[in-house]
This record gives sequence, C-alpha cells and structure tokens, in this order.
Amino acid sequence: MAEVSLRKVVKRYDEVEAVRGIDLDIADHEFVVLVGPSGCGKSTTLRMIAGLEDISDGDITIGGDIVNDVPPKDRDIAMVFQNYALYPHMTVAENMSFGLRLKHYPKAEIKSRVAEAARMLDITDLIDRKPKQLSGGQRQRVAMGRAIVRNPKVFLFDEPLSNLDAKLRVQMRIEIKKVHQKVRTTTVYVTHDQVEAMTLADRVVVMNHGRIEQIGTPNELYHKPATRFVASFIGSPAMNFVPCRLEDVGGRLHLRLTDRLAFPMPPVRAARYQAVPRTDKLLLGIRPEHIIEARQHLAPGVEPFDTVLDVTEPMGMETLVYFTLEGSQVCGRVNPNAGAQDGAPLRLAVDLNNMHLLNEVTGVVL
Amino acid sequence: MADVVFQERRVAHRPSVGKRSSLHYALKRKSTVAFLMALPLILLVALLVVYPALYSLHLATLNKSMTKFIGLGNFEFLFKRDTFWLVVKQSCIFAISAVIFKALIGFIVAHFVHNVPANKQRRWRGMLLVPWVIPPAMSTLAWLWLFDPSYSAFNYTLSFFGIGPIPWTGDAMWARFSVILVNVWYGAPFFMIMYLAALKSVPDQLYEAAAIDGANWWQRIWYVTLPMMRNIIAITTLFSLIVTFANFDIVRILTAGGPLDHTHIFATWAFRVGIEGSDIPLGASVSLFMVPILAVAAIFILRDISKRGNEA
Repeated sequence: MAEVSLRKVVKRYDEVEAVRGIDLDIADHEFVVLVGPSGCGKSTTLRMIAGLEDISDGDITIGGDIVNDVPPKDRDIAMVFQNYALYPHMTVAENMSFGLRLKHYPKAEIKSRVAEAARMLDITDLIDRKPKQLSGGQRQRVAMGRAIVRNPKVFLFDEPLSNLDAKLRVQMRIEIKKVHQKVRTTTVYVTHDQVEAMTLADRVVVMNHGRIEQIGTPNELYHKPATRFVASFIGSPAMNFVPCRLEDVGGRLHLRLTDRLAFPMPPVRAARYQAVPRTDKLLLGIRPEHIIEARQHLAPGVEPFDTVLDVTEPMGMETLVYFTLEGSQVCGRVNPNAGAQDGAPLRLAVDLNNMHLLNEVTGVVL
Repeated sequence: MADVVFQERRVAHRPSVGKRSSLHYALKRKSTVAFLMALPLILLVALLVVYPALYSLHLATLNKSMTKFIGLGNFEFLFKRDTFWLVVKQSCIFAISAVIFKALIGFIVAHFVHNVPANKQRRWRGMLLVPWVIPPAMSTLAWLWLFDPSYSAFNYTLSFFGIGPIPWTGDAMWARFSVILVNVWYGAPFFMIMYLAALKSVPDQLYEAAAIDGANWWQRIWYVTLPMMRNIIAITTLFSLIVTFANFDIVRILTAGGPLDHTHIFATWAFRVGIEGSDIPLGASVSLFMVPILAVAAIFILRDISKRGNEA
C-alpha cells in the first residue's frame, strides 16, 4: 500500500498538451476517482501513473519513490482495463495467476491467493473456464481478481464499467466498493460517469482540458462547486444557469433575473455577495431539486414565482418540469401530485439558500 | 461442408413422415439450400481436382507403355531404388527447413514492420513483398546468375575476403543450401504479410496488461503474441508446407535436380522420370507419394486448429 503523488505532471503529444501540469496527492488506502468529459486527460493521467505513457514533464511518486522512468512491471501496480484485457488463451485461474507465475511465486501460494480472490469475487465456479465462456460482468470480475491476487501498492481502474449494461454497472459498482472496503488498497479510478465518481470515491478529481478543475469529496463537489464546469458536470439533471445581476432595493440586496422577476437575497447569502460589483454579468446557479412547487408556508429564503411549463417528465417519485427563463431552459423537480402539465401554468418556488452565484465571464463560483 | 449437409438430411428423414413433406422440410433448411447453391462450384472443383487425382491413380497402375495393368508394380519398383529414397529424404529436408526459416524470418520481419511508424509502414510492406510477387521462374534465373561459380556476384564479393570460389550449385550440400535459400527468399514475404496481419489483430491492451503483470519483452512474445497468433501460424505453416513440398520451378531452374540427383524433390523427379524419361506411370506414382505425407501433416495441424477454434 502506498500514497501516490503527481507534481506538475505534463503530457505532450507533438504539439498537443493532453495533460497540462497537474498536482495531485493521493493518500494511502484512499479511493480517488478522476472524472471528466472525453479528452480531458484523465485516462492519460492514469496511464502515466501506470507507466504505460512517458511523462513529458514533472514527477510521479509511488510510496515516496519517484517512478518517472520505472517500467510498469516494477511499479507494483495492478490495472483493470475497459475491455478487461484478459488473455483469451488462458483459463480464469491462469489469467489471475499470470503475474504471480512470472514472478516465480511458490505454487501453493499462487493457488491459495487465486482461490481467495475468486471467493471474494464469487467466481470460484468459473475458475477453469476461458474468457470467451464468460459474460461481461464475469469477465470484469476476473479482471479485478487478476489485480487483487497481485496484492499491489496501487489499483488503477480505466473506465472498467463502461462496457457493461446499466443494471450490471450498478451491481459492479457496489462490488468494487465492497472489494475496496476489504482490501483497502490505494485506488485511482477513471470514469466519465459522474454518478460512478460520486458513489465510489473518497475524493473526486474533476478534470477538464488537461487541468484539474476541482478536488474534493463527492459532497463538497456537489454543494460547493468551484467553477461552472464542475457545477454543471456533477449532478443529474444538471444545475440550471440563468443570467442575472445584483441590485440594491430599499437597502436590501436583491437578485434580479428579469425585468419583472427579482428575489430578495436571503441573509446568509447577502453577506457573502455584498462585495460583488452590481454591474458584473452574473449567472444564478440553482439545482433542479431547489426549484419545487410553491406551498402554503414557505421557509425563509424560498421565494415563489409563476411560470408556464414547456415540458413535464413524470419520473414516478417526482416530476421534472422544464420552463424558460430569460432564454435559458430551467429544470425543476416537483411533487408528482403538484398538478404539473405540459404547457400549463404552475406556481413554483426557488430555494435561494442553496443558490450559487457565478461570474459569467470567468465561470468562477463566487 | 457436404458431410454436414448429408448428415442433416439423414436426421431430417428420421421422423419418417411422408416423402413429400420430408423433401419440403429438407428444402426449407438453410444448409440444404446453401448446398444446392454451391453445387455448381462443388462440381467444377470436383471435375478439376478429383478427376485428375483419380486419373493419376489409374496411371500409376499401368506399365511404362501404358498398355497393361500392373497393380502396385510401379511402387514396388520405386521402393527398391536408392534414388527414390534419396528424393524422399531431400523433399523432407527441403520442405521442413525452408518452412522453418521462412516462418522465422517472416516472424522477425513482421515484428520489425509492425514497429515501423504507420506512415512509413506501407512502403516497407510493399518493398518486402517484392520477392513474392516476382514470378519465381524469373527471380530464380537471377539467382542462377548470382550463384554462377566462375564470375558471379557472390563469389566475386567473397573473393575480397579470401573466401571461395564456392560451388553454389555444383556441390551436393551447397546446391541443397542454394535451393533452400532461394525458396526462403521467395516464400518469407508471404509469412511476413500473414504474421503482420495477425500481429495487428492482437489488442494493445493485452500487451499493456502483460507489461503491468511483469512480463518482459520475451515473455510478452511467448505468452501473448505467439498464443494469439497460433492459428495463423498453423494455417500458414500448413499452406507453405504443401506449396514448398510440391515446389518445382526453383529446383528445376537452379539445379535441375543435380548434381547427381542430390537436389531432386518429388515434383522435379516425377518430371524427370515421367516426362523426360518417358515413363508417365512411374512419374505419376512418384508424385502420388506427396499425398500421404501431406495428408498426415494436414490432419495434425487442422485438428489442432479446430480444437482451439473457440478460444479466440
């Protein structure tokens, strides 16, 4: 087990900079997820940690040792690939024990390690089969088993669930979490799926355009995003953004959305935004669950407003409603019994206690 | 293919329903229709392959003037002749060593080409295929001049190092070496192109997984590349073994079987006794000897392929 550090790590392909100087410290036993859209450099970063890609600049350390020029086999890591990368001509047991056999472990120990990993992953019955005879989920388990038997310092997962169907993905997600709870190996996990990132990670690293946008626990990222990118990337349906500005009405800070629509700022937020210049172009960031149907008694900071719905999406436990505000489409989540209908007017309420204010030009959350 | 169809038809008959309905059932089967559609080609192949094969079997049982049936007389005669056993030995040495070297060189060169950057790969592939696309009769003529004992390029070059002159086609051992060398030169590009295709079909992730598992360069070849290429290697080897065993033009042009029959292989010797020696039945018997030897090799290799067919 070991901690992993990246210091100003850069990866250049000819003229393109795929990774632009990232710093990251991963603690021992920690489960860190790198998440971002395709082409953001997350897989490249993982492959640099694995040693499958050279680094153009910076340092990577595993367990305190700089491993920049250490070949993959000497880094004491194990990797689970998107396409599983199982050796098709070997049985499950041979696949899992391949690394140990290359290192000339005693046969008895190989056998017991494989058996233990197979038991942990519930694949004991499949041990003599070839990969072709396995389903996608079973292959994924074998790929994980191959990583576990090595007992490495670090686990690396490269989008391991993207080839599975939705139901299996949820199942394997839980499986991966359980395995990590048992073996406690430092893990770096790459995915483009923010749900996977949120559910699995101790800490999530959001990447975009080869840079780290924000590092934090899933809750921090969700409730305190640092940038517009993070705010829109984390959460589903995504956060709403509506152009707005601040103004003072009767000595009180107000949030003006349209000529006819302005809300008084709740006291908790007013103090925070007092210093923002009133002329700045701003965006109101509000999550769908903070736009709800208006009730009789509204809590302080929850402001009602009237709108006409464009589209409704009944999800069963809730109904998603879509309407237009200042040219932006906005999504809210209302009670299925609130009477929301396509094209019909509805009185909604916005919970400004949970609002975010962003600079429209820089995209920074204020 | 035909076997399967016939067996299925037999199964279709088993429930002994009326004759018409079983015919109707058989016609509805996809495999039956496929067989009927392929029938013209099967008949054509049968005509071009089976008829000459049967005819040569018939020829092999006749006497020299082709007037009398003598049963296995030609074979009895062959078994008693030392030259025949010399030809058997030489054919085996020629085919096996040539195929081994073609496979080895093809494998190494395929690796080399595989690692060349993609934009330059086409050029290398094209250049390396040249020996294979030149008609062997022509390229062998060029080799014949290179091998000339008195004023050839090889011996001239070697003379600078104080070596030679080497009797490339005049000495039994050197002549065998020369025909094998030319055959390897001609056939290696075929292996190269087949192995290159096989190499390209091995997913990169398997090599990456192996690198992380701790495999060094040699172990990656042994545990990943070779097993992934096994079927291609087997089929290419079988195919090349057949073609090399039946080779005629290279030996015919380079040495014509000489010196003193020491480079004759089945095809060239069959030509010598059958056409040049005017004993067509004996020539047919000689060439028939290739069949059992190649059949054994084919059965072994193909059985291994079908056994592993489901893995990859």
